Amino acid sequence: MSRTAPGFAQPAAHRIRGPAALALCIALLPLAFANNYYYEVAVLVGLNAITCVGLNLLVGYAGQISLGHAGFFGLGAYGSAILTARYGWPPLGALVAVTPGVAALAYLIGRPILRLKGHYLAMATLGMGVIISIVIATEDRWTGGPDGMSVPPLSVFGFTLQGERAWYWVVGGCLLLAVWLALNLIESPVGRALRALHGSEVGAEVAGIDSARAKLMVFVVSAVYASAAGSLAAHYSGFITPSKVTFFHSIELVTMVVFGGMASVFGAVAGAAVLTMLPQFLTLFKEYETVVFGAVMMGTMIFMPRGLVPSLATLFADRGPSKVPP
Amino acid sequence: MTAQFAQYLVTGLTVGAVYALVALGFSIIYNASQVINFAQGEFVMVGGMCSVWLVDQGVPLPAAVVLAVAAAALLGLALEKFAVEPARGAPVVTLVIITIGASILLRGLATLVWDKKIHALKPFSGEAPLQVGGAVVLPQSLWVLGVTLAVVLLLSWFFGRTLLGKALLATSHNRLAAQLVGISVRNVMLLSFSLSAALGAVAGILVAPITFTSWDVGVMLGLKGFAAAILGGLGSGAGAVLGGMVLGIAESMSAGYVSSAYKDAIAFVILLAVLVFAPDGLLGRRVAERV
Repeated sequence: MSRTAPGFAQPAAHRIRGPAALALCIALLPLAFANNYYYEVAVLVGLNAITCVGLNLLVGYAGQISLGHAGFFGLGAYGSAILTARYGWPPLGALVAVTPGVAALAYLIGRPILRLKGHYLAMATLGMGVIISIVIATEDRWTGGPDGMSVPPLSVFGFTLQGERAWYWVVGGCLLLAVWLALNLIESPVGRALRALHGSEVGAEVAGIDSARAKLMVFVVSAVYASAAGSLAAHYSGFITPSKVTFFHSIELVTMVVFGGMASVFGAVAGAAVLTMLPQFLTLFKEYETVVFGAVMMGTMIFMPRGLVPSLATLFADRGPSKVPP
Repeated sequence: MTAQFAQYLVTGLTVGAVYALVALGFSIIYNASQVINFAQGEFVMVGGMCSVWLVDQGVPLPAAVVLAVAAAALLGLALEKFAVEPARGAPVVTLVIITIGASILLRGLATLVWDKKIHALKPFSGEAPLQVGGAVVLPQSLWVLGVTLAVVLLLSWFFGRTLLGKALLATSHNRLAAQLVGISVRNVMLLSFSLSAALGAVAGILVAPITFTSWDVGVMLGLKGFAAAILGGLGSGAGAVLGGMVLGIAESMSAGYVSSAYKDAIAFVILLAVLVFAPDGLLGRRVAERV
């Protein structure tokens, strides 16, 4: 059944064609960029897309909600910031040290809470995210509190990465890597196990899948994606505040995933692109910005509950009703 | 020492009563529709802001209170009709995003209709504090506790003694069966949303003189109300009240004795602990009386 659904189990050729198309997009996009502002927005899109590709593995494929992923993003960002700014670590060393640290934390948190389902899981992840954000905003000795802290630029072996253009290519490369890894994970036995337990957890267990282990693993993977994107974002912007760790940012991330289309890696990228650019357009509406953003969020979910990419895919593919599980 | 303890207890009970009202709203909607309404906190905001605005316009307080509650109830009705009903049967995450979108929309509208300033409502009956067992009690605290008690009694009468209340209960137990015996499930849904919106607004008006109100008070109050609902057992009316009180007291005690910086985190630490060790909450298993 999954063969017919867009974004689901696809032949190996698709696994190369997708990233190749994305690579082409990333390579050609700068031709349309008039100035540095375009690069700046593109980098933000890329960083959000990396987080969303990871989050989509959890939400879209495994069917588990998280309303706290901004917490992992924040841990990555502040981890890198504190190690480099306060302890003088090399940025790459900090990234390599922080990411497994966040993975370990995600493992410890995920173990008890992933037994929960539906609203209860949503609430537990929400609680986790809010606690992380309160800790970051309160421990001002380390994090600078609500005022934030500055972060040294990313430098590798004496070469310092500066300017939107250089960052565009680095983030583009990272996004490609993220997408390629995600596509491979989905096709691996773990990926198949995740899709099975999304369909029916009992059914998956009967078929011999250790569902607790599979869920925990994808939770950790998605936390690693968010943490790595957070580390990169901290070095890119050079200054971080707790605003990126809030409940609202967690919601933004989940909305990007669902808006783009659950269980579709490219849907997550598209969702991140549209919803990161939306506020840039909405500044035209000035004080109506929040109202329009809320209305767009509600409208798309009411009229396009399956998300952008799967809805468009079925529209063009003309294969009859798609079988993306709810 | 005991005076201090009594003081924290009074503060905790006052805040807890507000959490209890918000948690009741969550439970009523959850029972009727299996939806967690993340816009619940915004009804608290609308109640507070609307009553402050009306009083500023020269409307007498009692009338302002009634109008503010009615306005919130209408918003609840609109939310059900235009956002939740069309998405009937959508997965949990979709419904979560719809109600969060609604809360962002309401917050945005509040900044347009009113402003981004912090407002205070005048206390209902003076500001002269009373001395009760060594603790200083604001008259407004008594209002909060008294009205909450009255609301809880009224609700238990409504669900236990009236046909409409029983219809709501029946729908929460079995939607299809309720429909088969002639209950209009659509009307029950509308009723449950406007009822919990009204409850939220009442909470918002009651605390507006103590903790003040502004366009963004709804987020934290909503989340803590949800934590209270889970603590008491999601879907249980008595649980919601108990959960709210326990949460309020725990928060005020830990702010007093442990750390005031982490006051807001306490609710979520308790929430995680409950979810991990006893996901059914304090009263979740006893299905006998569900609001």
